[in-house]
Amino acid sequence: MTLKIKQDHARFRDIIRGRIKRNLKKYVQKGEMIGKKGKEFITIPVPTIDIPHFVFGERSQGGVGQGEGEPGDPLSPGDGQPGSGQAGQGEGQHILEVDVSLEELADILGEELSLPRIQPKGKDRIVATKLKYTGVAPAGPESLRHFKRTYKQALRRQIASGSYNWRKPLIVPVREDRRYRSWKQVPLPETNAVVIYMMDVSGSMGDEQKEIVRIESFWIDTWLRKHYKGLETRYIIHDAVAREVDRDTFFHTRESGGTMISSAYKLALEMIESEYSPGSWNVYPFHFSDGDNWSADDTRLCVDLLQNRILPAVNLFAYGQVESPYGSGQFIKDLKDAIGAHDNVALSEIADKDGIYGSIKTFLGTGN
Amino acid sequence: MDRKTQLPAHLHDIRKRIEGYAREYGLDFFDTIFEVLNFDEINMVAAYGGFPNRYPHWRFGMDYERLAKGYEYGLSKIYEMVINNDPSYAYLLESNMDVDQKLVMAHVYGHVDFFKNNFMFRHTNRKMMDQMANHATRVRRYQDKLGVELVEDFIDRCLSIENLIDYQSPYVKRRPDHPEEEGERKVAKGFKSEREYMREFINPPEFLKAQQKLLDEEAARKRKFPERPERDVLLFLLENAPLERWEHDVLSIVREEAYYFAPQGQTKIMNEGWATYWHSKIMTEKALDASEIIDYADHHSGTLATHPGQLNPYKLGVELWRDIEDRWNKGRFGKEYDDCDSFVERKHWDKRLGLGREKIFEVRKHYNDVTFIDEFLTLEFVLDQRLFTYGYNDKHQRWEVMEREFKKVKEKLLHMLTNFGQPMIAVEDGNFDNRGELLLVHKHDGVDLKLDYARDTLKHLQSLWRRPVNLVSKIEGRGTLFRFDGKEHGDRRVEL
Repeated sequence: MTLKIKQDHARFRDIIRGRIKRNLKKYVQKGEMIGKKGKEFITIPVPTIDIPHFVFGERSQGGVGQGEGEPGDPLSPGDGQPGSGQAGQGEGQHILEVDVSLEELADILGEELSLPRIQPKGKDRIVATKLKYTGVAPAGPESLRHFKRTYKQALRRQIASGSYNWRKPLIVPVREDRRYRSWKQVPLPETNAVVIYMMDVSGSMGDEQKEIVRIESFWIDTWLRKHYKGLETRYIIHDAVAREVDRDTFFHTRESGGTMISSAYKLALEMIESEYSPGSWNVYPFHFSDGDNWSADDTRLCVDLLQNRILPAVNLFAYGQVESPYGSGQFIKDLKDAIGAHDNVALSEIADKDGIYGSIKTFLGTGN
Repeated sequence: MDRKTQLPAHLHDIRKRIEGYAREYGLDFFDTIFEVLNFDEINMVAAYGGFPNRYPHWRFGMDYERLAKGYEYGLSKIYEMVINNDPSYAYLLESNMDVDQKLVMAHVYGHVDFFKNNFMFRHTNRKMMDQMANHATRVRRYQDKLGVELVEDFIDRCLSIENLIDYQSPYVKRRPDHPEEEGERKVAKGFKSEREYMREFINPPEFLKAQQKLLDEEAARKRKFPERPERDVLLFLLENAPLERWEHDVLSIVREEAYYFAPQGQTKIMNEGWATYWHSKIMTEKALDASEIIDYADHHSGTLATHPGQLNPYKLGVELWRDIEDRWNKGRFGKEYDDCDSFVERKHWDKRLGLGREKIFEVRKHYNDVTFIDEFLTLEFVLDQRLFTYGYNDKHQRWEVMEREFKKVKEKLLHMLTNFGQPMIAVEDGNFDNRGELLLVHKHDGVDLKLDYARDTLKHLQSLWRRPVNLVSKIEGRGTLFRFDGKEHGDRRVEL
């Protein structure tokens, strides 16, 4: 029995996809979705995919149950309507949880935001080769002998020469009958990419600001991962000094004190120069802060570092300024004046969670 | 009576044994063909509602995903599935133990006996397997010609109102065979009488007046459209909505299938109870090997498990059947028993009538869930089974046990089952406001409609009727008219 259901299932997935696309803006702002991330799949709650009917409201209807309990006792949570078997009772919203692969999610994101495909740096692409068995040859090592083809060849020869006896079908291959697997070298384009996330963790960056960074970095990761197999991510936090941390620390550290953005840029530059030579790597530094820098001198230093050292080495430098009640928000203006004209610079201001959507578009819309 | 089946030899033997036992007990069923499926196939068939061949639609894909996930995560497993058809088809899950297969077969014979004998199924198409395949072919043809999405969208709309059928209509005559001709006003003649002097006594003037009034009312009703409120909304649309031919066909397919499935929903408690009663009887009295008892007991108790907020139809059903059998065996029925006030006497009442078996076979023929509960749910049973009603407590923001009183429990239960648990909605007027609009009226019986769903459904209905559609219902005690005109929704208060 071929599974006819696969067609219907595919149609269902199509519809889900459309639903997700239509509600993408809502999903983009949602942090809890990232919490449900598996290795390759992410679970997305999709609202009302149900076919509507005229039905009774659940709350006003109630029902009949069986078991212990006195009038007034609560039913244990999750005990829903009898026989309805539908999940999710929350305010008449029928929620369906669907698994979507990260790859698919990236596609949806790309389509909805109309993001251009990223062109990995062309001339500097590393080319690896891979062996692929593509055919047979009359010569080769014995370990690669193709038994079936050898047999066939021998059979053909024996029939042609009349030495085949169907009563006693004995096939004896000779040297010339032997066939061996042969291979070709296939060039395998391989692109390497690294994302360096930098974040200001000084006292003025609150939890809400970090949440925005977390959500945004998730989407950036998803998109870049689609284009680069083996994407590496590095995390740098900074206040007055910068240091490299792991992902978890990155999102949960809170320091107090001043902000010296140049410290982070220096560290990132060090990282790029020592480990990710621009010849073979696509480098994506993303920096998030609330736009408050220690001094105008430091800002000048930052601009100088960017202009002369970092920008020539990277595909895209992106700076996201998260609005905070404490920050002056001056930094983005300084950057705009100094390097805003470069085409591998993306700057965006994120006022709140609603702003994430637009910010992602700004960052990834450059196609670099 | 041996049909060629694909069963492996040992299952074939088991089947023969179980079938033999079932017949010995007096079960009367169609030929039943068992097929062994793997979990993927059984999920597919289950998603299609038991039929291997259904028209293409995404909702089957959704059900399939749900079932497949449930199985993967080990949350649920489909044990048995059987189709009301002649011959009946039933499916066995390949990976089940033999004791499970025995249980399923015994259960299935119970169902098939019920399908064959219960009056609710008398009008169902027993060649539905073929009919479903026909439907599939027709829908596929429309999709090939017109495009998948167009047809699927239309099916969505039809499905949205598939519950608006007249659940009783297969069993009663709703329309006269020969519609009367339109004519002049009829005059009431009264009864025939030969004797002039008797006339005034046989047909007094008041009586003639009343008759005349009835006739006039009837005539007035005829001018209405539809004459009487039409509960079969699908039929009304088929006859009156401006549908294209293929749309007409698709809608009639949806309607036909809705009527086919309806009796199963209306006899769920009886049917599952009946099948459970018989699998337990056959297994424990005949079919079980000693080594299988633990597994059997485990699975049987799983089937009958109850949860506070859910009514398990298997449990309720089988307990009721056993209660009926017990009562008729002991003679605990009739005036004498009902009039007995002594608790002790009632408890030990036993007249040794032994009518139980006979009674349950009779009941399985002539009842459906509503009449079954209405007649056989007794005070003792409700107490014994710890039944209660529950509801949502707005103050505490949670679901709570409400009452344990017998009358309330029975009322609630009957309410849940009446009209298949669906709101009673009928077409009142097909030319509402003399503007060709559709007017539906919801007969409110204490429970409000779910509003967001109702609005979406109206939208779908409008796209079938083309003209604006209206629904009158009560929300929070006030009469409300919901309206969708193709562009926007409008609600307004109305007097009921």
